[in-house]
Amino acid sequence: MTSSPKFHHCDQLIKFYNCFIIRDGQLVKEDFWIKSGKIINPEPIFYDEKSKPDVVIDCKHNIIAPGYIDLQINGGYGFDFSNDNVDIEKAIDSVARGIVASGVTSFCPTLITQSPESYKKIIPFIHRRPGSLENGASILGLHLEGPFINRKKRGAHPEHLVRDNIMKSFNELVDVYGTLEDVAIITLAPELDGGSIIKEIVSHNIIVSMGHSVATLNQGYVAISNGANFITHLFNAMLPFHHRDPGLVGLLAHSYPNSSKVPVYYGIIADGIHTHDAALRIAYQTNPDGLVCVTDAISALGLEPGKKHKLGEQFIEICDSKAFIAGTETLCGSIATMSQCVRNLNAVTNCGIVKAVECASLHPAQVLGITEFKGTLNFGSDADFIILDNQLNVLATFIGGQKVWIADHFPIKAAQLS
Amino acid sequence: MRLIILDKSEDVALWAAKYIRKCINTFNPGPDRLFNLGLPTGSTPLGTYRQLINFYKEGTVSFKYVRTFNMDEYVGLPRDHPESYHSFMFNNFFKHIDIDPINVNILDGNAPDLEAECNAYEKKISDCGGIELFVGGIGPDGHIAFNEPGSSLSSRTRVKTLAMDTILANARFFDGDITKVPHEALTVGVATVMDAREVMILITGAAKAFALHKAIEEGVSHMWTVSALQMHPKTTLICDEDATLELKVKTVKYFKSLMRVHNKLVDE
Repeated sequence: MTSSPKFHHCDQLIKFYNCFIIRDGQLVKEDFWIKSGKIINPEPIFYDEKSKPDVVIDCKHNIIAPGYIDLQINGGYGFDFSNDNVDIEKAIDSVARGIVASGVTSFCPTLITQSPESYKKIIPFIHRRPGSLENGASILGLHLEGPFINRKKRGAHPEHLVRDNIMKSFNELVDVYGTLEDVAIITLAPELDGGSIIKEIVSHNIIVSMGHSVATLNQGYVAISNGANFITHLFNAMLPFHHRDPGLVGLLAHSYPNSSKVPVYYGIIADGIHTHDAALRIAYQTNPDGLVCVTDAISALGLEPGKKHKLGEQFIEICDSKAFIAGTETLCGSIATMSQCVRNLNAVTNCGIVKAVECASLHPAQVLGITEFKGTLNFGSDADFIILDNQLNVLATFIGGQKVWIADHFPIKAAQLS
Repeated sequence: MRLIILDKSEDVALWAAKYIRKCINTFNPGPDRLFNLGLPTGSTPLGTYRQLINFYKEGTVSFKYVRTFNMDEYVGLPRDHPESYHSFMFNNFFKHIDIDPINVNILDGNAPDLEAECNAYEKKISDCGGIELFVGGIGPDGHIAFNEPGSSLSSRTRVKTLAMDTILANARFFDGDITKVPHEALTVGVATVMDAREVMILITGAAKAFALHKAIEEGVSHMWTVSALQMHPKTTLICDEDATLELKVKTVKYFKSLMRVHNKLVDE
């Protein structure tokens, strides 16, 4: 047996042992096998191919979990996807390579409200692509947040670009965005649907997420019956919970008229700053299976604390894991990593390791309907996975069976079997 | 014939595992000289497998040069069915140890020609030089492998229809539904086991007590196929106290008095 660091050769049969894996909602002591970028069932390999692993890796009793999936991330490492003056490909590459250190193996680059011209300068340059050592995290398609949102709940979206007229035809949408080829999610205010817009978007295999909206609960029900299945950053930019009309927040309670029990998912920024711990607990306890951790991170994600950074027209400062407009105490967006959000979710809700991880892996994959490939460690899935310690710190990240990141203090060695 | 009487089923598992380890290590197998080991499935040997896995992990035994032959497999059950003996062996033993898959032999209950499959199995065993140690369990009716009561004591590997008792006993593994239990199996014959140079049988629990009595205190009978081992030159039965309930006090006392000698068999 000799040691070799080259354990990302995809066609090799690799066995991870001394690990606990998250499978079928449980943490089980089980070996984990991958080959050719996929998670495999070792039994047919044993009986049919009669082959032994080429490489075995001792995980030192840590946890193997599905890689995290971030459905809402606006940028990072100094790059803002919504800025049409930057080199968009460079921005995508930097973020995709950077976020793997926080366990993210797939993401949806997110654009906030833009002008039609700038959509046309950005959207055509962002494509779905598989992850790898070179590419970083996989791109699952764009998340377009706006411009079809309610002016009253526009948040940080530029007011003059918001389009909150009732939408009459799907073409309106296509005219504004240009192409929808690589779009995975559109966040819109459901009250703007003049009839069949949501249905049409969904029929193009695009997820409709409800947000930046003053929709009533009933309007939310209608949107769901038309095929919407996601809520964008719950609590933020929507009507506050009211006992006579709980609004979109009320969708978590989940009993729809006509008993069409379509599961509804909701994104939440569990960074301990943008959502109060009590609100996070209420959401989790009301609907634990629908919770999706999103970072909603901005360009300041991953920048060095203590320094001033110029982002767009503004200077920002990072202090205590919060991003402020320099010299003020005004928060300018989220910079928590997915790994921090998952740890915080677990600490605040006491949901346990498996549930916390599922909120950042299984659930986002369910939103996109891609659980066959992503979000679980099931046989046949893409070998996008992370190694976690029991405090949910990320020790290593693998995409398509390739090791793309490893913590300095976690020197796992691959033993090459002769 | 030796009878090892131990307190509890866990003691049986440990003793049996130590004995298997000793046999393998004494044989000192190598690339050109594999140790041929016959193996059972079922709940009785589970503890023994667990102990062997521990021994492998602590480095006191290796299966690198061990060739295994399993006793039996259901007919027509998909190989990846959780109750297939392929699944059992993989999940409870093979995937945890360093055995080479090419050295693992289990009858294929889905083979197009079952008879040919059985004949080929017999031939493979003899071509490999025969089995050094065959480990088995018994059923409450004294069957060894799927050699149900009435099986010929000179039987070889073949297709067997399962006795209703066995089907009922196994229904618990198939949602309690006897229609889901396969009614046929491929099994090594009594004579196949008898050919092994050494045989070790694990017997635990009160439910097996009468079978143990029939195995050792009465004559050889095809109605209690395990009793054929009385004619085998080197057989060790390992049981717990519960399994001795139907034995004569004299029998138990005699074998217990030999424990000092028998325990030396597993000394390293």
